[in-house]
Amino acid sequence: MNEKRDMTQQQSKTVQPADKRQQILRPAADIFEDKTGITLKADMPGVSKEQLDIQVDQETLSIEGSTDIIVPTGSQAQYADVSATCYQRSFTLSSELDTDKIDASLRDGVLTLHIPKREQYQPRKIEVRMT
Amino acid sequence: MFARVSNFEDSFFDQFRRLENEMGQVFASGTWPQIARAKRLRSAYPPINVNVTKEQIDVYLFVPGVDPKRLGITIHENLLTVKGERNAKQEEGVEYYRKERFDGEFHRAVNLAEDADPEKVEAGYEDGVLRITIQRRESAKPRQIKVN
Repeated sequence: MNEKRDMTQQQSKTVQPADKRQQILRPAADIFEDKTGITLKADMPGVSKEQLDIQVDQETLSIEGSTDIIVPTGSQAQYADVSATCYQRSFTLSSELDTDKIDASLRDGVLTLHIPKREQYQPRKIEVRMT
Repeated sequence: MFARVSNFEDSFFDQFRRLENEMGQVFASGTWPQIARAKRLRSAYPPINVNVTKEQIDVYLFVPGVDPKRLGITIHENLLTVKGERNAKQEEGVEYYRKERFDGEFHRAVNLAEDADPEKVEAGYEDGVLRITIQRRESAKPRQIKVN
């Protein structure tokens, strides 16, 4: 019986993040390929270096960030185009890209990532496809 | 292979719809701050937040990757206007898979309260967010009036 009660409590906990997920901003991104690799630029205004998190898990690249910007709530005399303080977006990387050598920089709210192609793929053109 | 894993597409467009609704409400209610609708649809850039307290009005513009010195900020008859340009042009000789970031000139305006003091304005740019703080005049605060 106790176990059952615990399970329902856990379920109600997992519902909460689902609500929060709608409050996540999806940063606008430019992605282009040149001979050396892929460059990704993402707009993440309000995010400082300390609040930025870039992770690569196998072929998945995820970028996350949070801001301290005040999000106005409630009163009529306030206005908010941006009603969330978290950014999140994920991408799938080609195995031809060398995820150990990602170069990242953040300047004025713009994240720039350069992911080089593995050396054996450098000379020839590789196919990169959005799905 | 360079694809988005998580499907945020739906929520992304839902946010647009919600924004449209909110903007409609702002205009219908007639309360300030009124956000002037941009001339062109695409120039509803940059996004704006406005936070109001008794003492001051804070306007936040989310404009990453611009030179703050080249932003034109003016207040005329309680209308705060911010003009600027962002260069996010396509680079040549490369192949694009996504081109979502705003490129070009932008222009947004916020109708401030009557008591906004155009003499007491501060602006700062940090991490791609422009914050403009406008003090409200003393006279706007509640004061007691004696009957003789």
